[in-house]
Amino acid sequence: MNHQNHQPNHQGERPAMLKVTGLQKIYNGGATAVEAVRDLTFELAEGELVCLVGPSGCGKTTLLKCIAGLMAPTGGTVELADRPVLAPPPGMAVVFQEYGRSLFAWMSVRDNVELPLKEKKLPKARRTELVTESLEAVGLTGFADSYPWQLSGGMQQRVAIARAIAYEPQVLLMDEPFAAVDAQTRADLEDLVREIWQRLGVTVLFVTHDIDEAVYLGERVLVLSNSPTVVQDDITVDLPVERDQLTTRQDERFTDLRARVYAQIQRAKRGTDQPVA
Amino acid sequence: MSRPTTVEPGTTGAAGTGSPPAGTAPARRTRRRPGAPGPGLRLLHVLALPALIVGVYWAVTAQPGAGFYTPTPAAIASAFADLWFSERFFVDVLPSLGRLLTGFAIAAVLGVGLGVLLGLDARVRATIEPVLEFLRAIPPPVLVPLMIMLAGIDDSMKIMVIVFGCVWPVLLNTVEGVRAVDPVLSDTARCYGVSGLTRLRVLVLRSAGPQIMAGLRLALALAIILMVISEMFASSSGLGFAIVQFQRTFAIPEMWAGMVLLGVIGFVLSSLFELVEGRVLGWYRGLRAANRGE
Repeated sequence: MNHQNHQPNHQGERPAMLKVTGLQKIYNGGATAVEAVRDLTFELAEGELVCLVGPSGCGKTTLLKCIAGLMAPTGGTVELADRPVLAPPPGMAVVFQEYGRSLFAWMSVRDNVELPLKEKKLPKARRTELVTESLEAVGLTGFADSYPWQLSGGMQQRVAIARAIAYEPQVLLMDEPFAAVDAQTRADLEDLVREIWQRLGVTVLFVTHDIDEAVYLGERVLVLSNSPTVVQDDITVDLPVERDQLTTRQDERFTDLRARVYAQIQRAKRGTDQPVA
Repeated sequence: MSRPTTVEPGTTGAAGTGSPPAGTAPARRTRRRPGAPGPGLRLLHVLALPALIVGVYWAVTAQPGAGFYTPTPAAIASAFADLWFSERFFVDVLPSLGRLLTGFAIAAVLGVGLGVLLGLDARVRATIEPVLEFLRAIPPPVLVPLMIMLAGIDDSMKIMVIVFGCVWPVLLNTVEGVRAVDPVLSDTARCYGVSGLTRLRVLVLRSAGPQIMAGLRLALALAIILMVISEMFASSSGLGFAIVQFQRTFAIPEMWAGMVLLGVIGFVLSSLFELVEGRVLGWYRGLRAANRGE
């Protein structure tokens, strides 16, 4: 059952966009060293949407920070389009869980989305175009002049998503982006991510602790083990491309996949010393 | 960059609630909350207590045999008009204000500049902080004798005294504000390639803005005090000098008029400051109102 080859098994012809090889992270805190991530190896093909799930405290955030170039790994490499990631690369955008803390409260929605584009030195006309398009894509046309704190939590996270897609990244990293919004908003935002991914063809790595969300969103689900983390399972989600909150979630195949991911997580929680096979 | 000039808590802020109707931007209007007083009533609220205090003071000082040292408000007002609507305004008031504002401005630039440097770099902070703690413990007025020797008795001495006293609240608040920049926001900025001076301008200084403004507000109050004190020694002009001179020559209503003018200057400066703060920190007030769920 387990896919130990870590190859994108159903789209092998697509080139690898994001490549994580032997990633290890040890936190040195005085006398004790904590190994948060032991040995992670996986690949994302170009245009793939992969979900990463794992038991809580399994080092998802550490992993994401290493991939984003925000933190130097102790060992191993991260490559974006065959180039090693040593600092935050220009081809990567990140959506954090804490939407309230990742938006600039002193800037309007428009300025929040436009700031990274200014740093990219895009001409004014192009910036305006990208801001308008991305706000439209997340359904926030008409809120450009509002401030983030004038919006609801779900809308704030939409602003963060708009900022990410306006940046036109090769890879979009999402760190439990919907963990702090209510269930209905969450369903809407999940569909939004699927829609944006399909339309823009961007490669998405979506980190979540929610099994249903992982199966519903992903083309592939990577299950992480308990800390020190390794990839415990790599599950292809062979659901139809068009997904629907109601019918997909009732689909028998969805339930099967969900059960399988669940079992893997339970196994991951039980112990780290078990051989991963 | 557009900033909210008027943020009325209660009509903004919908954090944590459901989506507002599509297509309508959240209101940013200046509508009064129901139950809030109208402008006339508010003026009454503001003026009632001062009127009462002046009234009581007047009633006491108008008694026959009331002290020579406590002139009636009428006498003070007449002295005020005679004194400050004359050339003394240019001889005493303007130079004082000039020193005050120069000293405050230098302290602000120095405090924010050094504060950013210290806030961003832990090593610099560890090296410099003990010295700063010592210097901060010296009461600024005791520097006046030293400054007279070093800088003479002209404006630069007075300005240096003001700067030395005012710089601390600005500096320490800036350090705290800069250190408290949200790590998530900082990571976000890094991911999107915001670095260098832009990072300083759009992230660090804006994020530390509330603390910096709080420090500047304290500094402004200190600046007025230090302006007066520095002028009480070895001076030939300025409000502090004038008040001491009036007291020594028993020109009591004039001495009171000087004190009243200082109060007025303090009030006007603080109102102006509030105006600036409202523009710079409009977002912060709105954010806090939203977080309180108003």
